[in-house]
Amino acid sequence: MSLTTTEAPEQAGPAPVRPRPFAGRSPRDLLGRAVVYLLLAVAVLTVVFPVYYAIAGAFMGPSELSSYPPALVPHSLTGRNFTGAVDAIPLVRQYANSALVATVITLAQLVTSILAAYAFVFLPMKARAVVFGVFLATLMVPWEAIIIPNYLTLSDWGFGNTYFGLVLPFLASGFGTFMLRQSFRQLPGELRDAARIDGAGHWRFLWRVVVPLNKPALAALSIYVFLSAWNQYFWPLIITRTAEMRTLQIGLTSLRDSEMADPGLILAGAVLSLLPTLALVVFGQRFIVRGLTAGAVR
Amino acid sequence: MPTAPHAAAPRGRTPSPRQRGRRWGEHGLAWAFLLPSLVVFALFIGYPLGRTLYLSAHANDLFGAPSKYVGLKHYTDLLSSADFADTLLTTALFTLLTVVPGVLGALVLVLLLENRIRGVRLLRSAFALPFAFSVASASVVFAVFYNPASGVLNGLLSQVGLGPIGWLTDSRYALVSVAATTVWMNLGYNVLVLSAGIGSIPTEIVEAARLDGASGLRLARSITVPMLGPNLFFLTVVSTVHSLQSFGQIHILTKGGPDSSTKTLVYSVYEKAFAYGSSDFGRASAQAVVLLLVVLACTAVQFGVLERKVHYA
Repeated sequence: MSLTTTEAPEQAGPAPVRPRPFAGRSPRDLLGRAVVYLLLAVAVLTVVFPVYYAIAGAFMGPSELSSYPPALVPHSLTGRNFTGAVDAIPLVRQYANSALVATVITLAQLVTSILAAYAFVFLPMKARAVVFGVFLATLMVPWEAIIIPNYLTLSDWGFGNTYFGLVLPFLASGFGTFMLRQSFRQLPGELRDAARIDGAGHWRFLWRVVVPLNKPALAALSIYVFLSAWNQYFWPLIITRTAEMRTLQIGLTSLRDSEMADPGLILAGAVLSLLPTLALVVFGQRFIVRGLTAGAVR
Repeated sequence: MPTAPHAAAPRGRTPSPRQRGRRWGEHGLAWAFLLPSLVVFALFIGYPLGRTLYLSAHANDLFGAPSKYVGLKHYTDLLSSADFADTLLTTALFTLLTVVPGVLGALVLVLLLENRIRGVRLLRSAFALPFAFSVASASVVFAVFYNPASGVLNGLLSQVGLGPIGWLTDSRYALVSVAATTVWMNLGYNVLVLSAGIGSIPTEIVEAARLDGASGLRLARSITVPMLGPNLFFLTVVSTVHSLQSFGQIHILTKGGPDSSTKTLVYSVYEKAFAYGSSDFGRASAQAVVLLLVVLACTAVQFGVLERKVHYA
């Protein structure tokens, strides 16, 4: 409770504009401001340069990419890298794989988390503390530490190199349940009473009242889950074998590992893989911030 | 999976006339709602935990099938192994090299942004950009930068007469290079978390301090940073756990090399269990248990401290 209480609107934008009461104009202040601007400029360059260069490089020809001194601006925009990347690996298929896997995981986690969070908040339970402890415990186990038995289990079930293998372990999450529980708890208790008087059972109350009233939290969770699923690396690396079943993230790596790793193709592949996540980060930032700090409030 | 709640729903919808029957129905509904999650947890977290312990106590054949019980042998082997000591040291170094610059860097950035300057919104978004990069996309992009012959980093260095550095091929630089990539890709997340923290500092406190003449460094030191304390703490623990679990960037950039100089605990587990056709699940599992314990220790610290803070509040 002590950490950031997540109120999305406040965190979404920059801090509210505060009037600047006594802005000094002494030389000392001016110097201070100059230092601030200088540091910011360096920071922006460091943080943004890799993004810029990845995009610029994706449009450069091979000679430009390895030219000396290094070319920082593409002279003639060429789309060859993009078509090359699509030809070199089954990029379209892998794109579709990633989209399918991330979508299924997101939808499934939404449903399982909504149900579990609802049970914790609105339903009577005998062993609530114990069950809650189980959900809490799942958050503490690093996936990498249990990846071997999971690989063995799914291979034994015949799900190696299949979509089932890619999604099954991620259909529920303690994190999602916590985040939604936190949000559901803020609904006024009278709502449930009113619904009961109107004759609405739990099922109806859940889908007609709770879900619509918690859209921001659900959006935050969806974005968060989709991003993590889309970005997964270790699990898809070991559970898939063929290029057709690889996800985009693993496909990217094969661009780098191929015989004559062409930097242009690699950058083009990376830029293509960025499009959905970039869109989510740009358009969903206010939801993301809410999701990020949800883990801090237990 | 979704059939369970559907099946149970009517019970909740039509409350039985007697209160007791109704209560029973609600209890049943609660379990039905929890069931899908509990099944997933049992199959893919609970059972694997047990099986990891089981595997770690067994020797295995070439295909990874457990052959005979060896008790704690794998663990005592680890204790006496110089390689494993190196792996732990590399893991600690990697964590240090990613967490400290990552958290401090983000703190400096958000503090700089507090100095009412033009285009704060734009800058904040710019700093959050790396958040859109996956581990794989950031790693392949940096791999291109780090290329000793054609990479832009050595290209720029040679402009000022320095010269070519084997960013990923020289064991003196490889860990730092991988850590730098990690710091960069985590920066977006760190900035978002700390910005959120700054946004929730009550405006009156900052105003009061400003009226008292505090600004710049003084304001940061006396007000902003202390008020960010819980966020910084949260971020440090999360970054540490995250760093301990790092895998993709190492796999893509260095494969643990050169000379095992970037072989962390997670990578070592991968190498023993999956790389180069190896299926040494027994030894790999023992290392996985060590990883589990280290991460649990970090989480325990987080909960311990949080607990205390909650009491104070």
